[in-house]
Amino acid sequence: MSNEYILKGKNADYEVVIGLEVHCQVRSESKLFSSASASSGSNPNETVSFIDAGFPGMLPVVNKFCVEQAVRTGLGINAKINNRSEFARKNYFYADLPQGYQISQFDKPIVGEGYLDIKLEDGSIKRIGIERLHLEQDAGKSIHDLLPSKSCIDLNRSGVALMEIVSKPDMRSPYEAGEYLTKLRKIVRALDTCDGNMDEGSMRCDANVSVRHVGESELRTRCEIKNINSIRYLMQAIEYEAKRHIDVYDNGGTIDQETRLFNSAKKITRSMRGKENANDYRYFPCPDLAFPLLVSNEEIKLIKDSMPELPDAKAERFIKEYKLTDDEAERVASDKDIAKYFEEALSIKGVNLKKLVNLISGELTAMLTDRKLEIQDTKVTAKRMGTLVARLEDDTISLRTVKDLIIKIEETDKDVDILIDELGLKQVTDNSAIELVVDKILQDNPSEVERFKAGDKKLQGFFVGQVMKATGGKVNPASINKVLADKLG
Amino acid sequence: MSKLTDLTIKELNIGYDKKEFKASEVTEAYLKNIDANSNLNAYITVTADEALAQSKLADDRISNGSRLSQMDGIPIGVKDLFCTKDIRTTAASHILDDFVPPYESTVTSNLLSAGSIFLGKTNLDEFAMGGANLTSYFGEAINPIKRATDGKEVVTGGSSGGSAASVAGGLAAGSLGTDTGGSIRQPAAFTGIVGLKPTYGRCSRYGIIAYASSLDQAGPMCKTVEDTAIMLNHMAGFDEKDSTSVDIAMPDFTNGICDGVKGMKIGIPKELLNESIDKDIEESWKDKAVRILKDAGAEIVEISLPNLKYALATYYILAPAEASSNLARYDGVRFGLRVDGDSLDDMYLNTRSAGFGEEVKRRIMVGTYVLSAGYYDAYYLKALKVQKLIRQDYLNVFKDVDLIMTPTTPMPAFTVEESKSFDPITMYLQDIFTVPINLAKLPAISVPIALSSTDKLPIGIQLIGRDFDEATILKAAKVIEGAK
Repeated sequence: MSNEYILKGKNADYEVVIGLEVHCQVRSESKLFSSASASSGSNPNETVSFIDAGFPGMLPVVNKFCVEQAVRTGLGINAKINNRSEFARKNYFYADLPQGYQISQFDKPIVGEGYLDIKLEDGSIKRIGIERLHLEQDAGKSIHDLLPSKSCIDLNRSGVALMEIVSKPDMRSPYEAGEYLTKLRKIVRALDTCDGNMDEGSMRCDANVSVRHVGESELRTRCEIKNINSIRYLMQAIEYEAKRHIDVYDNGGTIDQETRLFNSAKKITRSMRGKENANDYRYFPCPDLAFPLLVSNEEIKLIKDSMPELPDAKAERFIKEYKLTDDEAERVASDKDIAKYFEEALSIKGVNLKKLVNLISGELTAMLTDRKLEIQDTKVTAKRMGTLVARLEDDTISLRTVKDLIIKIEETDKDVDILIDELGLKQVTDNSAIELVVDKILQDNPSEVERFKAGDKKLQGFFVGQVMKATGGKVNPASINKVLADKLG
Repeated sequence: MSKLTDLTIKELNIGYDKKEFKASEVTEAYLKNIDANSNLNAYITVTADEALAQSKLADDRISNGSRLSQMDGIPIGVKDLFCTKDIRTTAASHILDDFVPPYESTVTSNLLSAGSIFLGKTNLDEFAMGGANLTSYFGEAINPIKRATDGKEVVTGGSSGGSAASVAGGLAAGSLGTDTGGSIRQPAAFTGIVGLKPTYGRCSRYGIIAYASSLDQAGPMCKTVEDTAIMLNHMAGFDEKDSTSVDIAMPDFTNGICDGVKGMKIGIPKELLNESIDKDIEESWKDKAVRILKDAGAEIVEISLPNLKYALATYYILAPAEASSNLARYDGVRFGLRVDGDSLDDMYLNTRSAGFGEEVKRRIMVGTYVLSAGYYDAYYLKALKVQKLIRQDYLNVFKDVDLIMTPTTPMPAFTVEESKSFDPITMYLQDIFTVPINLAKLPAISVPIALSSTDKLPIGIQLIGRDFDEATILKAAKVIEGAK
């Protein structure tokens, strides 16, 4: 499989150049500069302190925990932590920006260069550079459609801590961008520094996209696509934008640097504002936080020592410790909640590893997706899953009943063994009972028996199916095959 | 016994301890004076009811011998830049003229906890921007001291003009000021009182309406040096709500205040010797003050502050830059004045055009300009670098000397009409001696030394100290005060 993503223009082949700016809401009880709650789901303007509302004389005080979260994330993306960084004011007027400026970091961010390794389509590894990570406060929210002639402002988000993670323009296809964002999301989730929830906006992405002829070394003018809230949309937006650029170049036009928005229904981007309307943010060091933000090497070491295992390390350990294949390890190691579930289920006696991996990434994930559940919320607990796999392994139940059993556990919140009894799912392993059924089926289908004996061995499946049907799937297929072999010679 | 309103804070303390009079009597006397001298326009808001209620509580504490502090029962004025809970706080601006904060500034909160009585909110230049209290939305404050030659009213100086007038006019036993480029020291000099700007970080800025955050500092304005020390004792201190406040030991500033200057080395900056300074002021500085300190046993030496000449330009870049950002929050959306418009931008434009005065608008524009793309490096960034050099000049000099002495102002108070012939630059030049101290973050005091020869207007001397060494400044100021 080739990793190359080349787009055909009229006269030349193009490659796409992508850099991502990802905004992650920091997991923290309180906001970046005030003690107001940073949790979502409150009534409008309920979690707002006078600091967040920009009242006269109010001063920001840095929430040390948010700083630690940024350091933790920085270490997770293999980045240099800056011992001295600085908060700066980004000045602009908007109704939901109470101070008239956003406190952010400009030329001295808390985290410097780092990288992430992503897996390409052919299984090879590509390193994507990270330029920086900085801390900033979020603005409030303007609601324009609540009242006919007025806008409403909700300041609950005002002051909530965000990390902006800026990549280098190292990605060359929508796939790579998708992989990068997926990887980043797994890391912040594993570190518990951001919940990674793109639907709810706690993780948002801006994509900088440009194209150039294959072989060209200069970067061409880029466009920034703002506020993309899913990995799928990110890939679609990049693909559309790259093709748009090529169209423009093919027709002898030029690309203007501008900010664009992605319309997920129409799958197109449209211009939001051009460069001439770009704000002059008049950044300058925030004088209320004039002393540099200091993080000592000792503090960095403390954070490093308390870091949870990251997805890559976890996968490596699973491969070594549990003898999983690369693919299996990735399926259960990349998400910290799934990994935790997997290892907890393993503690049940008699669990088959491969079956467990398959059930988690197969039947369980299907059920969760179907019901929009997270793995930590399901009634099919890790212990129950472990028991289920053990029952499968000791032939108490057959694989065919597993899908329904998982759904039943979710619906009834009952233990595996109880449900096996209640639903009568126990496999029939008594050969004499199976023989009775087989005899009846052979008797009822004389022409098939003839054909089978004449050499149409494909009919084996037919007989097995009939037996399964007659027994409601409770018979172990291996046992059926054995009895059939005896009877049909 | 002299009038109650003539007594110093120290004398009030003696009186309270001896139960000679009550806090409520003192408060009533001040309120009566405020009423009788409303022409001085020292107060924007008088809180008579609250003050009387507070004074009754102080009476109880005095009578049962449980006074909270030396500031207990002391009626003071509060510059209307300090947010006071449930009491209107305007910054002397139309844009905040109905703003009632639901919180108390740390400095006023400290004073309330010490038992102080707040007589009201004193007048100031709008958002503390100005040097003569002429930019207040509520009209100018008037200097209680008139020009002897023609009997004309002169300005109080600014921006803490109302606070200065309240102390000089017997309308408060002491007053709170703030100083960003001289706003405590210059009006103190113009009205013949003592004004101290502490080291940046000594007093919390929490709840003080910001002008230029990296330079703003609260300080006391009082009749005497010792009163100034007493008041500072109950204002200052580390506050975790202000990240720029400094966690450093707080001495009792009255301790050793009478120790004198024997053995101290006091520097006179040679760069200022050729400045165009009013003759009387020059004489009071180079001759009188030098003689007083020498007589008291100090050594006077010439020092050099080579970057001093850049201070004014540096200040008028940095302060407006910060102000342009600090004042962005007055947008009509959440509090204060709102003048509606057809769009959000129109509403901003209408509100801010109507709400801010000339000088505030000028500084917002200058500040916005110096921070703009293409100008930032040449103005703002350069000014930040020069600020570092200026501070370094002082630090170098303080390796050798204990204090630096300069005049507080280049000329005594002027009339409102005279000020009208000043262009903004002439007005800014008023701050030439005070501004460098804010840039260097150092503490400095203005103490009265003389009256001008013909106009009989007050002249102040400025003493500048090392970081957090307000105590040494107070000792030297006490010597100058005592020699009068």
